[in-house]
Amino acid sequence: MHKTDVVVIGAGHCGLAMSRALSQRSIDHVVIERREVANAWRSERWDSLKLLTPNWLCRLPGQAYDGAQPDGYLRAAEVAAFIARYADRMHAPVQTHTTVQRVAPADAGWCVGTDAGDWRCRALVLASGACSRPLVPRLADEVPASVAQWTAQTYRRPSQLDPGGVLVVGASATGLQLAQEIRRSGRRVLLASGEHVRMPRLYRGRDVQWWLLASGVLDQRIEAMDDPLRARRLPSPQLVGSDERAMLDLNVVQHDGVELCGRLVGLRGTRALFSGSLHNVCALADLKMNRMLEAFDAWSTERGLDGEVDAPQRFAPTALAAAPRLHAELGCDVRSIVWATGYRPDFGWLDAPVFDRRGELRHDRGVGVDAPGLVVLGLPFLRRRKSSFIHGAEDDVNELVPHLVGHLDRSARSTMQHAATLDTRGATTACLR
Amino acid sequence: MTTPTQTQHADNGVNVEALLGAKAALTEAPEGALFRWRTTSEWVNGTHSRATVDGFYGLGGEQRHRRRFVFDSDHPEIFASADNGVTPTEYVLVALAGCLSAGIASVAQHRNIQLHSVRASLEAGMDLQGVLGIDSNVRNGFDGIKVHYEIDADASAEQIAALVAQSQKRSAVFDIVVNPTDVTVSTSKV
Repeated sequence: MHKTDVVVIGAGHCGLAMSRALSQRSIDHVVIERREVANAWRSERWDSLKLLTPNWLCRLPGQAYDGAQPDGYLRAAEVAAFIARYADRMHAPVQTHTTVQRVAPADAGWCVGTDAGDWRCRALVLASGACSRPLVPRLADEVPASVAQWTAQTYRRPSQLDPGGVLVVGASATGLQLAQEIRRSGRRVLLASGEHVRMPRLYRGRDVQWWLLASGVLDQRIEAMDDPLRARRLPSPQLVGSDERAMLDLNVVQHDGVELCGRLVGLRGTRALFSGSLHNVCALADLKMNRMLEAFDAWSTERGLDGEVDAPQRFAPTALAAAPRLHAELGCDVRSIVWATGYRPDFGWLDAPVFDRRGELRHDRGVGVDAPGLVVLGLPFLRRRKSSFIHGAEDDVNELVPHLVGHLDRSARSTMQHAATLDTRGATTACLR
Repeated sequence: MTTPTQTQHADNGVNVEALLGAKAALTEAPEGALFRWRTTSEWVNGTHSRATVDGFYGLGGEQRHRRRFVFDSDHPEIFASADNGVTPTEYVLVALAGCLSAGIASVAQHRNIQLHSVRASLEAGMDLQGVLGIDSNVRNGFDGIKVHYEIDADASAEQIAALVAQSQKRSAVFDIVVNPTDVTVSTSKV
């Protein structure tokens, strides 16, 4: 049994940013990582993936991108290298190739059981990522066996797929990127789109992420949102990081030859059924994009920036076929399905009453509810809109570290009182697997 | 075009506070959100049927409309019927319009937008070769529905478009029409 004050689960950018903050305060801790540092970026993403944020936004507390292409976008392997350099530079106490098997409350703290021994700690930081588990709708179970199914986690490149038709389900950043590259490989592609978030890559000559950051959108706090649940579930915007800094939206992929249909809503035998709501979800996305651009324009004028950026732009509405298709024959029109229907974190090893009715971790802006000493990082809109971005880790860590320190101070005081009144053997419970 | 200011208060006759209160209450007690809608229908003669709606289940118990509502359905004379009521397919359009317009009023109230008039025109195409069994490749139902809204409100064209879009997003009948629903029909002999 190892002992430490804080166990951080996951050596990605969030876990390491937290580790650095703990080291600066001389708080004893360990970062547990199931494989290598930045594992998800090394082994769980498709080959062509690049960050949705430009390089100049690639920054962690104490380290920023310093390469020659600030307006470019890092490939997944480059993100992994950036994070590995961060871990090395600050000598993070990372224990790699250690898989967490069960985490449970133990008196005055937590017990972290791993395949390389158990840890006892007083505080726990969950930094295992927001995208651990692909979210696949239940109807995937009814897809005929003749159709190969892929997720954004298992798909790597078009050549893996059968040469026949491909149904890509989901029109967020992932779905659009995969639909485009699979179509460009020569395959017939159907893209099923529900509600989505449309935005240009460049607006008035600047990366849209510049506008979002500079105008304060990325710093919006979750407590200021009318509907926090919806804010946290917003799909990722239709963006791609490319050398051309090209726009990626439903018009672009249709121009490439992708056929668009509504949300996949059911299966009847081998027939996939699509919703007739495509016109409305596109109208909603166009309206919301235009509202966002109007807000950027108003902000630019208010700040006197209109002379520094290009003239305001508006983009063509999403063009749709008069009668988009409502069904497709699986095994015939469609030989493969790629599920790009989002991700969820995976806290399956966490054995504690900290989940809500929907199985989601109960937390207040990263602080566990009914879970003393538990902190979570990196989830969508955890504290701010930027919380799940690499550059979003810094503010969240800075605000959550005082909470951890306060918890450790309180637990130290109560443990001393506890020890004074109890036999030491009674205060230690075995760490059960 | 006028835009509402914060000091004006729109009144579209929708009690938004009650709706928001219901949302909060049913988030805490989701079993109360489980409703069951019902109708009974009696065949009269020929293609004429008469349906009655009076009760439904919701908020954990049986509920009643203020009074019993009766709806006649039939087919027009060109189908050699007596035309004692609109066709069942037209009821689908009536239901869709009612649902979307109710949504528009509610969303407008929530967004503090005063409505002056909301007029919907709906048209659905249908190829009778489907129901008549002439061509099995033609479906029985609509080949599409076109809805057009003419709205006079204290809002911009974009705000009005957003009202109509949001109403579709939250509409039960829109969902019923655009998405598949499992239907089970059972029979008993009396």
